[in-house]
Amino acid sequence: MTGFVDAFTVLAVGSGAIFFLAGTLGLLRFPDTLSRLHALSKADNLGLGLIVIGLLPHATSVSAGLKLACVWLLAQLSAATASQLIAGVARNRRPRA
Amino acid sequence: MSSISNPATLFGLCGAALVGIGLFTVIVHPGLLRRIVGFNILGAGIFLIFGAVARRGAGAGFEGDPVPQAMVITGIVVAFSATALAVAMLQRLFDLTGRATLEPPAPEGRPGSET
Amino acid sequence: MNALLDVVLVAGLLALALHVARARDDQGAIVGFIAFGFLLGLGWVRLASIDVALTEAAIGGGVTGLLLLRVEAHTRDSSAPDRTARPITIAAAAVLCIAVTAGLAFVILNLPSPPPTQAPAAAAALDATGLENPVTAVLLAYRALDTLLEKVVLILALVGVWSLAPDHLWGGAPELRPAVVPEPLSYLARVLPPFGVLIAVYMFWVGADAPGGTFQAGTILAAMWLLVMLAGLRAAPDTRRVTLRLLLIVGPAVFLAVGFLGFAMAGGFLAYPAGAAKPIILGIEAALTLSIAVTLGMLVSGPSKRAPTS
Repeated sequence: MTGFVDAFTVLAVGSGAIFFLAGTLGLLRFPDTLSRLHALSKADNLGLGLIVIGLLPHATSVSAGLKLACVWLLAQLSAATASQLIAGVARNRRPRA
Repeated sequence: MSSISNPATLFGLCGAALVGIGLFTVIVHPGLLRRIVGFNILGAGIFLIFGAVARRGAGAGFEGDPVPQAMVITGIVVAFSATALAVAMLQRLFDLTGRATLEPPAPEGRPGSET
Repeated sequence: MNALLDVVLVAGLLALALHVARARDDQGAIVGFIAFGFLLGLGWVRLASIDVALTEAAIGGGVTGLLLLRVEAHTRDSSAPDRTARPITIAAAAVLCIAVTAGLAFVILNLPSPPPTQAPAAAAALDATGLENPVTAVLLAYRALDTLLEKVVLILALVGVWSLAPDHLWGGAPELRPAVVPEPLSYLARVLPPFGVLIAVYMFWVGADAPGGTFQAGTILAAMWLLVMLAGLRAAPDTRRVTLRLLLIVGPAVFLAVGFLGFAMAGGFLAYPAGAAKPIILGIEAALTLSIAVTLGMLVSGPSKRAPTS
């Protein structure tokens, strides 16, 4: 049983890390602001989500698990807002660029 | 001599380097705002050295000596209040002179650069 | 594996510090500094100082970053191209800074072994305070005088900042709201504060026994208030408002009153009577948290920009 849980954690955290890696590569390599934002929000949403899901079975108490979930939700909220704000600035600037 | 691979020593050395970088920015950079940021980097370096000392002082079931840790927390807050005051003075200087530096204006200085 | 993480963190910190020193524009340098603050928070976790990590991320990266960005926007396009320092000055400064760094590195490599520590003393007295977080015990019991004076420093800094407003604006309100508030920002400012306040209360409450405490809680409260002011949902208060000024001093005042009561109850300034230390400390912390939140919020907002109303 423990082995199964550990394998699940490794799988989920591992794929989360891959999403972060891909998101970082996209941030560095994509040509314009909007596609870079796209790469970044994918990494934030899916990568962090997978890592949190992977860690949940190891939470020692219900409240620790809830805190992990809160971290994910709050990061989602702030990432979504920041992306919207940056995208808004990028759109306003486009006619000039 | 303690081993570099020990996190306390490694972050202590990092703190020493940050002090140097911050001090260099404070001395050399002409812009006052950048000097304030450099001052904060300098402070961060000193706090890290405190952190290294605290980590080495682990004992009695604690992972670090709580006294330097508490001093760093106090230090971060005091550094912030100093930064806020410095930044407010910079803003006032800019409102009065239109410049954000203490360097004398270049010879062909723009009008408005004098009070 | 952990050593690798440490090396990556240190390399990132040094790279960001060099970026701050060399970036062409101030805005880029400040963004680098904010990233530096968050990375430094991770460094503090690696040094097993979670309390410091929380403070660094909240104040060092977050609130300081907001303050610097606000002033950068205010003073942008300020002057003719700055004269850079003369090569001889740069060389002399470089030699001096390398000497300072080398000296500090020498000291760190030759720190006394076994290291001197106050940890056993802090542990021995912990039971008497009723607390379990030794850092909180140092801040509010063993070295409470330092913390009291630090609160006074915060207020003095705020007095200094307010005094920098032009005479006709004295007593007026600072202005944080941008000309146009983007829709997502005002959405965030409506959704986030309830959670933020909850997290701040939690931070304050667990601070007695686990990492957290007044500074961290106060900073989160200040951040929520700043968010609301930035989005223009509530205007910043006039700096001459009596309620504002009472909130600013309630923390230090309660602290000072407890300090003097210590003479009567326990035979010394800031001495707590045996057995009642924990409720007294929590009371002081509650008042301090409010004062810290209001002080930090007003410090970031800066001098007043509008003439006082009424």
